Amino acid sequence: MTALHPGAPVGVSAQHDPADRPPVAQASAPQTVLPARTNVHSPQARRQVGGASRNDRLNVVGAGVSALCVSLLLFGRVTPLAGRFGFVVVTWLVFVVIYALLVWLEDDAPAVVDKVMTVVLYSAAAVLVCGLISVVSFTLWRGRTALPKLNLYTQDMSRAGPREPLSVGGIKHALYGTLCMISIALVITIPLGIACAAYLNEARTRAAQFVRTVVEAMTALPSVLAGLFIFATWILILGFGRSGLAAALAISIMMLPIIIRASDVVLRLVPGNLREASAALGAPAWRTVWHVVLPTARSGLATAVILGTARGIGETSPVLLTAGFTSSFASNPLEGSMVSLPLAAFEFVRSPEPALVARGFATAAVLMVVVLILFIVARIFGGRGPGHVSKSQARRITSRSARDVARFEAAVRSASAASPPNVGAP
Amino acid sequence: MRTVVVEPVAVTDPPRAPRSIWSVPGLGDRIFRQGSAMSGLIVLLIMAAVGLFLASQAVQALKATGLSFLTTAAWEPDRGRFGIAAVLTGTVLIALVAVTLSFPLASCTALFISEVASPKAKQTLIAMVDLMAAVPSVVYGLWGLFFLQGQVLGLARWISTWFSWIPLFKVDGADPTNPLANESVYTSSTFIAGIVVALMVMPIQCSVMREVFSQAPPGEREGAFALGATRWGMVRAVVLPFGRGGMIGGTMLGLGRALGETIAVLLIISPAFTINFHILQSNGNSVAALIAARFSESSDFGLSALMAAGLALFAVTLVINFTASAFVARSRSGALSEA
Repeated sequence: MTALHPGAPVGVSAQHDPADRPPVAQASAPQTVLPARTNVHSPQARRQVGGASRNDRLNVVGAGVSALCVSLLLFGRVTPLAGRFGFVVVTWLVFVVIYALLVWLEDDAPAVVDKVMTVVLYSAAAVLVCGLISVVSFTLWRGRTALPKLNLYTQDMSRAGPREPLSVGGIKHALYGTLCMISIALVITIPLGIACAAYLNEARTRAAQFVRTVVEAMTALPSVLAGLFIFATWILILGFGRSGLAAALAISIMMLPIIIRASDVVLRLVPGNLREASAALGAPAWRTVWHVVLPTARSGLATAVILGTARGIGETSPVLLTAGFTSSFASNPLEGSMVSLPLAAFEFVRSPEPALVARGFATAAVLMVVVLILFIVARIFGGRGPGHVSKSQARRITSRSARDVARFEAAVRSASAASPPNVGAP
Repeated sequence: MRTVVVEPVAVTDPPRAPRSIWSVPGLGDRIFRQGSAMSGLIVLLIMAAVGLFLASQAVQALKATGLSFLTTAAWEPDRGRFGIAAVLTGTVLIALVAVTLSFPLASCTALFISEVASPKAKQTLIAMVDLMAAVPSVVYGLWGLFFLQGQVLGLARWISTWFSWIPLFKVDGADPTNPLANESVYTSSTFIAGIVVALMVMPIQCSVMREVFSQAPPGEREGAFALGATRWGMVRAVVLPFGRGGMIGGTMLGLGRALGETIAVLLIISPAFTINFHILQSNGNSVAALIAARFSESSDFGLSALMAAGLALFAVTLVINFTASAFVARSRSGALSEA
């Protein structure tokens, strides 16, 4: 019995197309023959499975142009419509309708819905981006007259009355105040926050779960209530008076839940086998946390702290309630009124004087730039996962282990030098 | 050859109890455990102190007014007439306007980020949303007061002209027939404050929703595509039902934030102590703005009254937040069970 059925290919080919039977098959029967495939077209054009086709792009462009034209006609020529906002909305609506119509010419209903919803999603993202750009650029634009003047950063407002030109007076006191308050707040929140996050991760008890729930609920504590709490306890009951310290305490209450929550998330990402390896080597729990868990999550913890700082710097209402307001430089955070950047901006713009309003915008712009820088730093840190080693860190680790090797070798050499007879003995 | 059968040795000893693997923690560990538990306790105490302290200070004012605290609109604590009817209504209205505007925007943006955007655009957008959350509230307040208000007045007039038959959009004192009418009836309104707060709460809503959407099971997504669904069809059939808990939770988290927003509202709104349901009309109020505006000029009793208002706000936010985190947690545990 042969492995191949000799007649089969010929027969199959004959059934398909008798006229096309290869002549070779008739001459000698036991031979395998490939049927010629004449009725199959030459290589098909490859189907596009992703991205926008030419038609799609033309649809969008066509709908856009016609929507613009329609609303240009509507506004001012055909109907008495007016207003920039209305123009944008009408253009968008007309665009959606025309686009849906264009898609409907070629496609079925689900495709039309899909395309229209895609437009809606794109628009939502565009609104968000426009909102952010508008907020940032408007603040910078309104602060442009005061921002480039050097005295803004080197003077305080003690000699500048409300009608003084922008060339006199500045926000040195507020810059210093913000620095002071955030430093005190960080001194309180970093150890407490990270210790609490470590507790939440290491002690998996019901109490820890309860603490986590409370912290989560507290991230949305209205900031004015944190200020009110410190105002009533620290200032009214304990009688310490308004000071930078009181403001720092209020800011700490706001920052603490944010830092704990972010650190908790980061610590949870530390691989469990690292902890287990450390425990298997005989390390006690505190050494595992101190030498393994925290260093592994270092960049994430830095991000958590920086994001908390960005939030803390921007808090206005707790500072408004607890720091008091002063227009002169105050160096002592423990006593006397102190002012921070957001509070200074808030107080400036409440005045009707245009010069003060310009100062307010400049202050807000400086504050925003500070937050922006902190944020970018946080992104740079946060780009790395737990356990990621940067180039300089890798270099340091390599040199440290090279030093260890040298130390071991020196120890071996000195040991062999100290007791040569024993080594040579049989 | 003989096979030797080895007799099994009879086990006469009673089975030994498994060795205990409990070890006595060393001094370092004991210090570490107690220290970290102490930090947890301190955090708990701080948080509890805020609530308890507000409650204890508010008692004086609450005793003086009793239940009329909830129904009085005026705020004159030194004359004994005060209540949170107006400010709490204002707070809720601002928050509702904010959430009504931010919910569609946040959910669409979250869907865009998780479903439509290319990986690079995704990273950029996520960074922008996070940055929006970090922009200080005073900056939003300035933007709303000096920029947005001027842009929105026309819209407010248009809505009130055509939809004033809906009580919510009615504006007392507006004269739509007079083109030169003063537009000040539309300034400093709940509506404008609500728009600004919407921008402020949108990032938190968006990031919660995005996180939940991106956890939608890939198998079901691919299944929907394999059955011939369009992208939106897949979103409707898989992503939205899967992320419903996260959408509700994220929205409520945003609502909690919106209720507590202070500085932006304080800058924009012109305070009034009447119950004002006309959101487009000038005047409104919120609990947080009331506290920030009145704390310095208050007597002891007035402060107690402010504490009572703060307590009410605290209670409302806490309830909303706990509900929200329950929703979010449930949606995530759902993700685990289906994976």
